[in-house]
Amino acid sequence: MRQLIFISALAILIGPRLLAQEIPTRAADSSEDVAALRQRVYELEQRIAVLEQQLRMLLSTQAAPPPAQAEAQPPAPPAAPPSPPSPEEATQTTAGQAPTYGGALSSAKALNPDIGIVGDFIAKAGRNSEQPGPSMEMHEAEAALQAIVDPYARGDFFIAFGEEGVELEEGYITFTALPGLVTRAGKMRSSFGKVNLLHNHALPWVDRPLVINNLLGGEEGIADAGISVAGIIPAPKGLFLEATGQVFRGDSGEDEAPVFRASRNSDVSAVAHLRSYADLTESTNFDLGFSYARGHNELGSVFVTNLYGLDGTLRWKPLRRSIYNSFTFRTELIWSQRRELPALQRAFGFYASADYQLARRWFLGGRYDWSERSREADVTDRGGSLLLTFWPSEYSQIRGQYRITDYDRSITANEFFLQLLFSLGAHGAHPF
Amino acid sequence: MKRMPFSLRTIIAIGVISSLGVIFPPQAEARKLSVVCTTADLAALAREVGGDRVDVQPIAKGYQDPHFVEAKPSFLLMIRRADVVVTVGLQLEIGWLPPLVTQSGNPKVQPGASGYLDASQFAEILDIPTGPVTRAMGDVHPLGNPHYWLDPANGRRIAKGIADKLGQLDPTNAGYFAERFKDFDQRLKAAEQKWDAAMKPYRGRKVVTYHNSLPNFARRFGLNVIGYVEPRPGIPPSPRHTIALIGLMKRENCRIIMVEPYFDLKTPNAVARETGAKVVQYLPSVGGEKGVDDYLKLFDYNLDLLIKAFAASQ
Repeated sequence: MRQLIFISALAILIGPRLLAQEIPTRAADSSEDVAALRQRVYELEQRIAVLEQQLRMLLSTQAAPPPAQAEAQPPAPPAAPPSPPSPEEATQTTAGQAPTYGGALSSAKALNPDIGIVGDFIAKAGRNSEQPGPSMEMHEAEAALQAIVDPYARGDFFIAFGEEGVELEEGYITFTALPGLVTRAGKMRSSFGKVNLLHNHALPWVDRPLVINNLLGGEEGIADAGISVAGIIPAPKGLFLEATGQVFRGDSGEDEAPVFRASRNSDVSAVAHLRSYADLTESTNFDLGFSYARGHNELGSVFVTNLYGLDGTLRWKPLRRSIYNSFTFRTELIWSQRRELPALQRAFGFYASADYQLARRWFLGGRYDWSERSREADVTDRGGSLLLTFWPSEYSQIRGQYRITDYDRSITANEFFLQLLFSLGAHGAHPF
Repeated sequence: MKRMPFSLRTIIAIGVISSLGVIFPPQAEARKLSVVCTTADLAALAREVGGDRVDVQPIAKGYQDPHFVEAKPSFLLMIRRADVVVTVGLQLEIGWLPPLVTQSGNPKVQPGASGYLDASQFAEILDIPTGPVTRAMGDVHPLGNPHYWLDPANGRRIAKGIADKLGQLDPTNAGYFAERFKDFDQRLKAAEQKWDAAMKPYRGRKVVTYHNSLPNFARRFGLNVIGYVEPRPGIPPSPRHTIALIGLMKRENCRIIMVEPYFDLKTPNAVARETGAKVVQYLPSVGGEKGVDDYLKLFDYNLDLLIKAFAASQ
């Protein structure tokens, strides 16, 4: 079968040339033409020699896998011909020499989605009577399945396996063929602020900040089934502006204390985000975002919760030393207005965090938390954390976090967390 | 509360956002082709064939590790307006390019579309793993070594591939691009003769490199890479491996350590002290130093460094 392909490739390669060359020969018989033809014939001879050699090799190593052949093959015919080959010729050449060139992997698995799993193991020491947690847990195994659906869209699934259950963390289709707009549909983490978008394993901490737990639904966050449209807004040079609008069913947050809850089908929630970004230098950049979310809470359709957010991120990463040193400062301020009986609960909270990369594999971090509670706006929780992270390789990390939390200015919890993150398979890129 | 139905509001919001895309279409027509290249080397080759009839922008700087580029929104703006995105491929950019392309909202440059050009399809690829691949080997590239541009023969093939692609997207200038390629090809051929002559006395010399970035370069110029400073690709040097490397270099009488500008020099310098070798900070990419601003100068610079180092360690 293979020989047949090669012989036919040979025929395709030579056939049209011979026909094409007859005409000029008859038309003009000048010595230049003869020289050009000689050159042509010489090139063709060379090519035939290469093809013959490939054929011989194929016959002798019929069973060998393609990569082995690639190594055994002679280097490409040296010194390209004096006249640049025509495009069709070029395609034929690459087709004929396919085993040597290109990194395409011809295997039956080629169309499977990229599969990756990230394991997240957390051990904990210390007392916390307010928010107790297990001493050790396999917090999550997040499976990512990602692929291009068709020429018009790509699909991404993130499935979180806990010790007790499975949850679709995200699963959406992104329409890539719509010019100018990035449109998504499915279940997704909403674009409210920065931390809400991050999966657990991509966080710079073991836990999520208090303000996220108190006002934004904690680990669940604002994540829901819906539609998202994002577009880049034309801006002066050097400035990046992006607007995102999202509409969701209206169910977000943990079941016991949801952020939004739809009692009727019309109780949809909406999230809007405006992101501005500028490169200050080639190593330093600043990111500023405004977020707004609106939805109905569990008290009923007429009870609306409004959330406002402001996020800022300053990053420094010197390009020449980019794998050794970096610094990130991030902060988010969130205001919650929750309609309840008898009155509106107005709560505010924020976190500020900094990470410094000491060496290629070592990161030192700290975070300060301050937040009121969305349901008890007069209660304030505060906290501070110190972190040290070590990356044995790109695919695993070990993180220690010491956290002091002061709940309602009365209950103090001192805790130490140890987290192991390890990733298998395709390494999907994180949002920047 | 006085208000319009909520769903109506959201529809208006979405409508406003979508209309932005219509009012300000992402690109105007009848202008130069915009070519965005993931590395400075591809950009240099694109400039060779595109001349002043295309607008070429690189993403990664020449002195930056191309494995670890941040997916900054400013790159998003470049890709959004691009007619072609030229990539190194072989998963070199897997950590940062896919989200940029997906979020660009530019259908022309999505993988598979006419404006997405993976340059590895033109090049001769080395180090394609034949056995099972696991991450126990470190950060291996299962599709082969992505540092293939450091062989002038591959540079020529990539330039040809880019010229063909530009001609296909801009047929009125196809002749110009073909002409530019021809010129580049000739200059490259002349330079290759010069390089070969200069390297002739040093063919077969043993070198150690920091990362496995040089298989194509080493094969083309007859260097014998006997070891790496990294114990495994992507894993920083360990004491045990460093001691083994020092032993190996002494046994093999290897006097050159080649290091990319973005790697730490501490371990290479320590090894050099122990073995009497010389550390050569070569450039893996165009633009790594001032003045090294095109593809030919990249080889001029590196070969000059090497020849000096070989001559000094005679």
